[in-house]
Amino acid sequence: MNIVVLVKQVPDSGSERKLDPADNTVARASSDNVINEMDEYAIEEALTVKEAHGGEVTVLTVGPDTATDAIRKALSMGADKAVHVVDEALHGSDAVQTSAVLAAALSQLEYDLVLCGAEATDSQMSVMPALLSERLGIPQLSGARKLTVEGGTARIERQTDGGYWAVEAPLPAIVSTWDTINEPRYPSFKGIMAAKKKPVETRSLGDLGVDPSTVGLAAATTQVLDFAGRPPKGEGVKVPDEGDGAQKFVEFLASQKIV
Amino acid sequence: MAEVLVLAELNPAGGGVRKTTLEALTAARALGEPSAVVIGAPGTAAGVKDALAEYGAATVYVAETPEIDDYLVAPKAEVLASLVQEKSPAAVVVPSSPEGKEIAARVAVKIGSGFLTDVTEIAADGTATQVAFAGATIVHSKVTAGIPIYTLRGNSVTPEPAPAAGTEQQVTVSLSDSAKLARVVDRVVEQKSSRPELTEASIVVSGGRGVASAENFSIIEALADSLGAAVGASRAAVDSGFYPHSFQVGQTGKTVSPQLYVAVGISGAIQHRAGMQTSKTIVAINKDPEAPIFELADFGVVGDLNTVVPAATEQITARK
Ligand SMILES: Cc1cc2nc3c(=O)[nH]c(=O)nc-3n(C[C@H](O)[C@H](O)[C@H](O)COP(=O)(O)OP(=O)(O)OC[C@H]3O[C@@H](n4cnc5c(N)ncnc54)[C@H](O)[C@@H]3O)c2cc1C
Ligand SMILES: Nc1ncnc2c1ncn2[C@@H]1O[C@H](COP(=O)(O)O)[C@@H](O)[C@H]1O
Repeated sequence: MNIVVLVKQVPDSGSERKLDPADNTVARASSDNVINEMDEYAIEEALTVKEAHGGEVTVLTVGPDTATDAIRKALSMGADKAVHVVDEALHGSDAVQTSAVLAAALSQLEYDLVLCGAEATDSQMSVMPALLSERLGIPQLSGARKLTVEGGTARIERQTDGGYWAVEAPLPAIVSTWDTINEPRYPSFKGIMAAKKKPVETRSLGDLGVDPSTVGLAAATTQVLDFAGRPPKGEGVKVPDEGDGAQKFVEFLASQKIV
Repeated sequence: MAEVLVLAELNPAGGGVRKTTLEALTAARALGEPSAVVIGAPGTAAGVKDALAEYGAATVYVAETPEIDDYLVAPKAEVLASLVQEKSPAAVVVPSSPEGKEIAARVAVKIGSGFLTDVTEIAADGTATQVAFAGATIVHSKVTAGIPIYTLRGNSVTPEPAPAAGTEQQVTVSLSDSAKLARVVDRVVEQKSSRPELTEASIVVSGGRGVASAENFSIIEALADSLGAAVGASRAAVDSGFYPHSFQVGQTGKTVSPQLYVAVGISGAIQHRAGMQTSKTIVAINKDPEAPIFELADFGVVGDLNTVVPAATEQITARK
């Protein structure tokens, strides 16, 4: 069972994140970059499937040089090797373009299963499985809280409001995972040491046969025109509860015509 | 006037149109004359046509086939994409549910367009407003390739009726084999709730770690019920097993944007704010006067939730 896990490096959602006023793209160079949290669940799931069925886990990332940190993290958790697509021309690519690059990279790999996070914390789009399913002609099993792989079929529980949908598809398929699916392992010391020796192949757009003029900011299918910080909220009212907290709360709701 | 296709999102089992659809019809009017697209099992359109017309659908395209709900996302994308290719509308607007975003993505690839997700406003010139980075940044953006596709975030636009003809037009559907790869074998409802859907509710009452136990969440539910609100929870509350994951609000949970958000025993971590920062009015109840949630709150009570919340519930109920 060959598994490819898509891993994205994102600005840490716990620290201040910014767009770069020079070209309105995500300011990646100046931020604390981390592996996208949801992708750790995809890696864990890949390792679990590998433990049951054998095979190899390959990490695939499209991102700048710094994204090697995210790759090392994935390798230290136990993935076997990595492919890092890095090319100056990629700067400013949007989801549609990134999916074309990921699809080109996947076409050069052998896989039975592609795993990815259900959402990247920077874009919050949750669209990569749909885009890749469309491009590669493989089924999309997105938003999984449970995955089982058996006899050439993948089955998931797709998390919904108040329940789930049971969905199944023949392999190869692309599955995206929520944080309800497992508990990602921490890299062990041994894992961290071993990761340093695992192969990381770098690929350019030329290696993938992708025309550089079709990606990047200039060719993007969407454009950020301008951005601004959210206007600060006016100073709110804060009252201590001196036995009348509930009453003041209800009076506030009444003043807003809510009750 | 230019035609704008609006994908109708429906409640399961003949439950009518969702509010998000009426919002999408309302937002679409900025760009042209909306037409609704109903994709479902035979008989689906009959029950929703009037509501769609009332909210501005000049035409209701009816694409019905028994197979449509047997497979995940791909069939609806295929039907919508071929209709877009046939009609060349000025734009396509889809409600921003998980399925809506995935349909938009697939249609974008099929027709060579760009798409914008979770937009909160669409201007007449096609410029969209989006909130990025946990609501901290407001962005204006545009689709620069092909027919623009937008997914509209729930509760961003107030639905306004604008009666139109709602002329029914049948669409012939034939699904390709590649749209039939991911089969939906079961739809399971685990929590039946009489409360409004979290992402659609106009009031949300959320509890955090401060609620202290699963049993004690009953005081959150009681306040919510007195206000006709949905119940939400912070990740700490979910991780502690106080409340089910599907009610989590924040970065890794639901994004809500109600008229009123009441945060009870929630500190206001940046990842929680990500899911509720754009709420119109925010109230916080927390015993720690330094809790960061108060920076966001229009009104805050510094006090013990165990006394403040039940008393407030009682007073709200008494006012009815
Ligand atoms: C990648 C990532 C993603 C995340 N995603 C999410 C997400 O989607 N949603 C989310 O919510 N969090 C998320 N988090 C977690 C987030 O950082 C916080 O840990 C979490 O929001 C804290 O929840 P809390 O406010 O309930 O708990 P705490 O921070 O522990 O706050 C509890 C509050 O309750 C108050 N309190 C205690 N007892 C009482 C009482 N009797 N009366 C009144 N007040 C009381 C305390 O003063 C305190 O302010 C994420 C974190 C990471 C790293
Ligand atoms: N540039 C990228 N490189 C590798 N994987 C990616 C990239 N962008 C997105 N992904 C994967 O797609 C998932 C969903 O991303 P998104 O659709 O942007 O929310 C992420 O969790 C990643 O697993």
